[in-house]
Amino acid sequence: MMLQVEGAYKSFGDFGAVNGANLTVSEGELVVVIGPNGAGKTTLFNLIAGQLKLDQGQILFGGENIAGLPPYEICERGIARSFQIANIFHRLTVFENVQVAVLAEQRKSTSLFRPAYNMAVEETNSILESVGLLHKAGNIAGALSHGDQRILEIAMALGNEPELLVLDEPTAGMSPEETFAAMELIQQLARERGITILLCEHDMDVVFSVAESIMVMHQGRTLLQDEPEAVRCNAEVQEAYLGVS
Amino acid sequence: MLTGIVDGRWLAAAVIVVAALFVLPSLIPPFYVYMLALIFVTALLAMSLNLVLGYGGLYQFHHGVFYGVGAYAVALILKKTSLPAGVAFIAAPIVAAITGLLIGWFCVRLTELYFGMLQISLGSLIWAIVFRWYSFTGGDDGIHGIPLPPAISSLQSSYYFILSIFALSVAALYLIIKSPFGATLQATRDNPQRCEAIGVNVRRHQLMGIVIASFFGGVAGVLFVVLEHSVFPDLLFWVLSLEVFIMCLLGGWFTFLGPALGAGIIVTLRTFAGIYTEYWTAIMGVLLILLIFFLPEGVMGFLLSKFKGRSEHVEPVPAPSLDTTAARPSTDVASS
Ligand SMILES: Nc1ncnc2c1ncn2[C@@H]1O[C@H](COP(=O)(O)OP(=O)(O)O)[C@@H](O)[C@H]1O
Ligand SMILES: [Mg+2]
Repeated sequence: MMLQVEGAYKSFGDFGAVNGANLTVSEGELVVVIGPNGAGKTTLFNLIAGQLKLDQGQILFGGENIAGLPPYEICERGIARSFQIANIFHRLTVFENVQVAVLAEQRKSTSLFRPAYNMAVEETNSILESVGLLHKAGNIAGALSHGDQRILEIAMALGNEPELLVLDEPTAGMSPEETFAAMELIQQLARERGITILLCEHDMDVVFSVAESIMVMHQGRTLLQDEPEAVRCNAEVQEAYLGVS
Repeated sequence: MLTGIVDGRWLAAAVIVVAALFVLPSLIPPFYVYMLALIFVTALLAMSLNLVLGYGGLYQFHHGVFYGVGAYAVALILKKTSLPAGVAFIAAPIVAAITGLLIGWFCVRLTELYFGMLQISLGSLIWAIVFRWYSFTGGDDGIHGIPLPPAISSLQSSYYFILSIFALSVAALYLIIKSPFGATLQATRDNPQRCEAIGVNVRRHQLMGIVIASFFGGVAGVLFVVLEHSVFPDLLFWVLSLEVFIMCLLGGWFTFLGPALGAGIIVTLRTFAGIYTEYWTAIMGVLLILLIFFLPEGVMGFLLSKFKGRSEHVEPVPAPSLDTTAARPSTDVASS
């Protein structure tokens, strides 16, 4: 088991945003978390990647408890992520956005007396090429289209050479064509780089076309996690979320 | 080593300027030689502050402390020990850097204004010690008649020494800003949360920035002693720190050379206004108001956007809109 979340709880004041979440992700799998707005998906991802600290429960990554570690350590251990709202370095160029991540991965981000412009160039360019942003390498990231910023986020995460890539609604705000292309890209990255993927997504057609395992969240709780067909047929899920179809 | 990160024309211009500055003392009256040297000292102080202020986005409110500690360290070593001057000149910036490490270690645990306020408190503590400890630091009298090697004790020779160290320090600061560390520091300024998520230990980078900035602040302190042969507690009083802060804002804290320009403007104004009026603080206040309303990006930022030579300058971009449901960087995640 690559990632295992057991009985996770997180509240903000009195409000329990995550109320007993369970999740397992095996190596090489593509797992999708679904659930209505406010179900706690983003909060769960923040717990996994360390942006928030767990109140109760366990998060095992490769058998070790990573709950409570700072985000940069979790990243070093092999979990990289994107955020629900594009979270990039607006002033830097597309190239520099990815390069910062690659330099951190290579543990060179504290090196002082070498010019950065010619470091990690090959790695950075190869990532940009594989996501199709190489021709925009010199553009200022803040000026990219929304769709390109979302792809850039994924490229930044790839800079860390993750084993597990956590994507919070990677297609939010994308047109149907962009959504299709982004999902193709994510599956291709998973295949070619052997990266395990955990994401959440609203569009049910997309979910059932890519997911190998689905975890359903409702009001902070895990209803179930199973194969797509089993989830589709589950009565409780149909009632709570999918609507009877 | 500079090739590739410096435009050839800029490098040529820099060489010509430094060469001209070397010739200048034989052409102008000693008073102006002194003023130029003081500008170099202050410019290095402002540029070292800007490493953390402009490039690191940290509210380094009491940078003067590291200047003062560097100056006092060199003064005390030269006055109270028989160590050679070279040792004092190297030891003093290291003492300043260690002070930066100690103060910074606490400060990076806080954010923004709290960072700045803690720094003012800790810095004022050091000022109070220097101010009160008569037997060791001379208290509010300071230390005068500090013995310097004959080779740099005349005004002319101290000018050359100061100019050389200033030029070397500026080159070093430039290299640092263009290094992976510099690039990462700027990324932590723009988006600390994203930095942590891509494996960057934000606090460690901020602390490193503070240590480097205090080292060069200490170098400026050494140069001050070389110029003045004396030290006094005002060097680490918060008023001076505020003045240096204003130099960065005035010159343009999003530019590399802006703070040096700000230092030049303020030192010049202070020198001449100080002769004719006693209202220096009022002049500073008016300057600050004009700055806020008319030149929010500083003089250098204004000039660069005017002449489109925006090699360093980047248009300020609205702060990235973070997911409201996502957390702040781990440095201040405290579920209340
Ligand atoms: N920092 C926070 N403070 C208070 N409430 C929060 C915070 N973050 C999330 N919440 C609340 O927790 C619930 C779950 O949010 P979230 O994890 O963003 O859900 P999802 O991503 O599934 O839409 C929501 O009701 C949200 O308002
Ligand atoms: Mg969400």
